[in-house]
Amino acid sequence: MEILFAIIIGVLYAAGIYMILRRSLVKLIIGIILLGNGANLLIFLLGRITEGAPPIIPEESKVFLEAYADPVPQALILTAIVISFGLQSFAIILVKRAHKVVKTDDLDEMNATDEDS
Amino acid sequence: MFFWYRINAQRIISILGSILHLGLTIYVFSFIWNNGTQTLQAGSWEAPFGITFVADSFSITLVLLTAIAGLAVSIFSASSMIPDRLRFGYFPIFHFLLLGLNGAFLTGDIFNLYVWFEIIIISSFVLITLGGEKAQLEGAVKYFTLNFLASMIFLTAIAVLYGLTGSLNMADLAIKVAEVENRALVQITAVLFLIGFGIKAAVFPLYFWLPASYHTPPSAVSAIFGGLLTKVGVYALIRVFTLIFVGDAFLDELLLVIAILTLFSGGVGALIQNNVKKVFSYLIICHIGYMILGLGMFTEVAIAGTIFYLIHDIIVKTNLFMVSGLIYRIKGSSSMRALGGFYSDYPKLSLLIFIPLFSLVGIPPLSGFWPKISLITASFNTESYWGLAAIIFASFITLVVIAKLWAEVFWKNPGEIRKRIKFDYFHKMGKYRKLGFVAPIVFLSFVSLYIGFGAENIQILSSRVAQELMDNQLYIDAVFNNVQNPE
Repeated sequence: MEILFAIIIGVLYAAGIYMILRRSLVKLIIGIILLGNGANLLIFLLGRITEGAPPIIPEESKVFLEAYADPVPQALILTAIVISFGLQSFAIILVKRAHKVVKTDDLDEMNATDEDS
Repeated sequence: MFFWYRINAQRIISILGSILHLGLTIYVFSFIWNNGTQTLQAGSWEAPFGITFVADSFSITLVLLTAIAGLAVSIFSASSMIPDRLRFGYFPIFHFLLLGLNGAFLTGDIFNLYVWFEIIIISSFVLITLGGEKAQLEGAVKYFTLNFLASMIFLTAIAVLYGLTGSLNMADLAIKVAEVENRALVQITAVLFLIGFGIKAAVFPLYFWLPASYHTPPSAVSAIFGGLLTKVGVYALIRVFTLIFVGDAFLDELLLVIAILTLFSGGVGALIQNNVKKVFSYLIICHIGYMILGLGMFTEVAIAGTIFYLIHDIIVKTNLFMVSGLIYRIKGSSSMRALGGFYSDYPKLSLLIFIPLFSLVGIPPLSGFWPKISLITASFNTESYWGLAAIIFASFITLVVIAKLWAEVFWKNPGEIRKRIKFDYFHKMGKYRKLGFVAPIVFLSFVSLYIGFGAENIQILSSRVAQELMDNQLYIDAVFNNVQNPE
């Protein structure tokens, strides 16, 4: 299970960075989304995957008796998903506006900011 | 929110809010100065389980500076921003940005720091795109991509750190990271943090987004960005590398090399620029180098120099971008080639602008001079002569750049600037709007002068901060002692 996760995360990171390095604005967004998901899965994996052991202390004892699924990474991922969702929707609107104003989706042609003014 | 379309009410609320913020911060600052580090456990969840907020003297100094710069920019934007932008919620977003900055300075939890960073960047995205001009949108695309990438790298680093230690509280991490046996993995995590914060702080190989975007928004926005946003990255670097990843020779070496290259490349970049705002953007990068250099040398004197430089730089950079906005309003251009004759037209204003410009260079007794003494002393003590050379070289380049700027903008006979018809020129404005332009610059110039002439007090402050930073046990105790005797 862990190995499968590790491979998926690796592929997501690689694909995300590859897409960000492309010149098209739309692919930039796809790259951002992939990278965000990769990071979320990474938190999940590094919080140790434990199957079928909810973090609930049995009634008769006061401490955990065996390994349990750590709830903290899930809280972190939830936060991170919400944040990256917000950022991604902002990115889509931004790219749409940029496309409308600049009239290109090629990042190489976006060099008005580097011109001498 | 209640006054979405009533700009005047927004202006007044914003300025009053900033004044209140400043007053409260001064109160908290003096309280912490007398009583030592304060902590707050959110929801009474004891550290390291809950989210901790820690106000040590370093954090509260930065919060104080945020309040000062925030007040100045709030007054400045009340008169410099055109109503169209204000109508789309400029002030609420601006204050959200300040909220994020304060949160990032005060939090004692690394994931919480990530959340504050996101609040900062999402408000800065809105501020940088507000108005929707072509250059703004292009700059925003670059700014967005790089900052998002930085956040993701930061998040990855948090994930790895959590996997290693199972903790997110920074004080707890400081204890647990020291105990981890797999040092290579700790080093990799540290480098991930360095890259993530480095992009935000705009250090050497990662700064290219900054000069491509900082000159595009209106000057009020550039002022708060230039003064505070990159400094959050520097703050996070200092915090993480003095608290969590301590005493790693490789990392210190890496920081030194990065700092030296940042000093060189930022300085040289500033030399060839023509746009006033772009010159200042490159100077931001150049001067980030000083702070990283102090961190890399990692002695108490060096850290004190870094803190002093940070204090000086936040005030001066905010001021300079407001100055560039003033020049733009008066002359209708920010191109150095076209500008000129400012001194003969506005001698008093020129004298005022002289203060921040030459504070930046660090001509004694102005404020930029004092931290450099500490940094140079420290580089002698640690025998890092490359660092010494870089400090002197970068100071020299800054001097050349500022002298060139002074000659071109203030002394030279003006070139041809086309009169713009629908442009809001400075001399056409009413008395109060003019005051709104000049008052914040005067205010920050006085603060700069105080830092310069009252250098002794600032030196005491930065030495104390440096002491607290060098001894990370103090921070750890402050977080955990409150647990043992909750009030």
